Amino acid sequence: MAEKIYRVNMTTLTVSAEDVPREWAALGGRGLTSTIVAKEVKPDCHPLGKYNKLVFAPGMLTGTACANSGRLSAGGKSPLTGTIKESNAGGSAAQCLARLGVKAIIIEGLPQKDSFYSLHVDKNGITIAEETELIGKGNYAVIKAVRKRRGDKVGVLSIGPAGEMKMALANISVRDPEGNMRSHGRGGMGALMGSKKIKYISIDDAGAPGVAIADPEKFKEASRVFAKCLLDHPVTGQGLKTYGTNILVNILHEAGGLPTQNFRTGRFDGHDKISGETMHDTIVERGGKPSHGCHAGCIIQCSQVYNNKKGAYLTSGFEYETIWGFGAGCCIDDLDAIAQADHMMDDIGIDTIESAVTVGVAMEAGIIAFGDGKGMLGLLKEIGKGSHLGRLLGAGAAALGKAYGLTRVPVVKGQGIPAYDPRSVKGMGITYATSTMGADHTAGYSTATNILKVGGFVDPLKKEGQVELSRNLQIATALIDSTGLCLFVAFAVLDKPEAFNAIVDMVNAKYGSSITGDDGIALGKSVLKLERAFNTEAGFTKTHDRLPEFFEELCPPHNVVWDFTNKEIDSFWDF
Amino acid sequence: MRGRQTPPFFIGQAMNITVKLFASFRTGRFAEQRRCCAEGCTAGQVLAELAIAEAAVGVMLVNGKHIASGQALSEGDTLSVFPLLGGG
Repeated sequence: MAEKIYRVNMTTLTVSAEDVPREWAALGGRGLTSTIVAKEVKPDCHPLGKYNKLVFAPGMLTGTACANSGRLSAGGKSPLTGTIKESNAGGSAAQCLARLGVKAIIIEGLPQKDSFYSLHVDKNGITIAEETELIGKGNYAVIKAVRKRRGDKVGVLSIGPAGEMKMALANISVRDPEGNMRSHGRGGMGALMGSKKIKYISIDDAGAPGVAIADPEKFKEASRVFAKCLLDHPVTGQGLKTYGTNILVNILHEAGGLPTQNFRTGRFDGHDKISGETMHDTIVERGGKPSHGCHAGCIIQCSQVYNNKKGAYLTSGFEYETIWGFGAGCCIDDLDAIAQADHMMDDIGIDTIESAVTVGVAMEAGIIAFGDGKGMLGLLKEIGKGSHLGRLLGAGAAALGKAYGLTRVPVVKGQGIPAYDPRSVKGMGITYATSTMGADHTAGYSTATNILKVGGFVDPLKKEGQVELSRNLQIATALIDSTGLCLFVAFAVLDKPEAFNAIVDMVNAKYGSSITGDDGIALGKSVLKLERAFNTEAGFTKTHDRLPEFFEELCPPHNVVWDFTNKEIDSFWDF
Repeated sequence: MRGRQTPPFFIGQAMNITVKLFASFRTGRFAEQRRCCAEGCTAGQVLAELAIAEAAVGVMLVNGKHIASGQALSEGDTLSVFPLLGGG
């Protein structure tokens, strides 16, 4: 069965299936969502209005036997930043969609009536139904109810109360194989789904035709090589499985790049209490799972299940960024309080990075004190309730900072800066400044080469080589985000050329094409450029590619400042 | 996990350093230790004393800055040693 593009019109409540245009045939993931958004969404539209569209697309390799290929891209104009947005997540949805032959789902228009709806995707297509029972419910309850309605294996994309309220920090949750959650976290995509009045999308791949592969033997061979590269590399084979992403707390602390107390210093006294080493021991002691995959076919297994003191499930997918943000960022040295926050945020349906940066700004504003774990949980409750304070917090760090007249507001293009201080991990600063998505560490993860010495070494405290590093990483990331591969495969790909070649071979074997590695890089470049062109039309200029001026202050312990000239930053786009 | 090593005898001056180990390097060793070593001692020599293979080391920092294993240490330095790590 040929792949289809499904168009869901929420104004007329109708669905149409279209053939895949030739120019979209070889695209997937971010390459496809950004291409569709750039072509079909008016760049100057209101992100919550009738002209914006929400686009889902599995990656080029998703649904195949390739390891770690189960990522789903969600695209649109971001309610948080006003830029183009692609946010990708693991979970089961992407593989179900790919096996059903769904190349992309384009959700457009706005319902005329004030009701919520659900979408159901199966081998017969997509149906729309009015939803009443689950309105106002958290994501855990939604996933439980949808499993009951549609069967235990059903894939689910859902929004919590924050998405229903169209808060700019709302995310879209994706059910993982166990029924817990992964998230399309950044950029307020949950608010976009909420504006379309869709509470959840269920996906049943029973009887699905599966993914067609032009040369199955060649594909199998290349996927074997790729899996071996992942297993043989110390980071993707063992490191992430044992300690998860939170292993980064201690190394960023030691290197002086762990943003602390709303980006005042690069070291946090309480680092050991929230570190990956402590978390690993705590998980094992309480009978949790130190390693866990967010989708079938994941061999990196960076996720985990974190239990409470009584040994009962508290949260999963408990990541470095979240733990940094509420830990060092807000000076809360209590891993259990942060785990409780993680659970609440998954349920309310809000991005943990934006939420953490926002709570840091709330502490800056004096709403609660730095280090106040209970107060932090109280603020998250307000967001879930949608009180006046909750709505203000739910608008994100930039809006809250403006409301309180603050200048120490760590955002770029309205999006909260994540877990690496740009003064002492300078390559990340270039990525935050230039990313088409607003401050986003995953857009070009210079930390790999600045701090972790993966893919070579560029001194994090010096300017030399950072623009080129960030550019190369952002181009490669745009490619990886298009394949449906988890970005963590990059740790192996950066060190092993045969891993990159295997990706190219798998793409060729799937499509019967003969692209080269250079073609892949060219695709990455073209994705970045079309995203930038959208942003330009939306009113963004190079003056938005800047970090907040408080980064001119010294960052201890290395006492470094953000010292790139505008010309140096702008040279990022010379390609 | 914190401990103080008995200072060995050195010809010439001895110096005090702090060594911090992370992730799997802590297993069977320690998290942080004050150590004595000979003046001019290198990071690589400290690794050898701790039976950590250089090939297993991802990152070494002295006072928060990246170094190569041949770098000589100075009195009062903090040496932090990590296996190859990833995350994000």
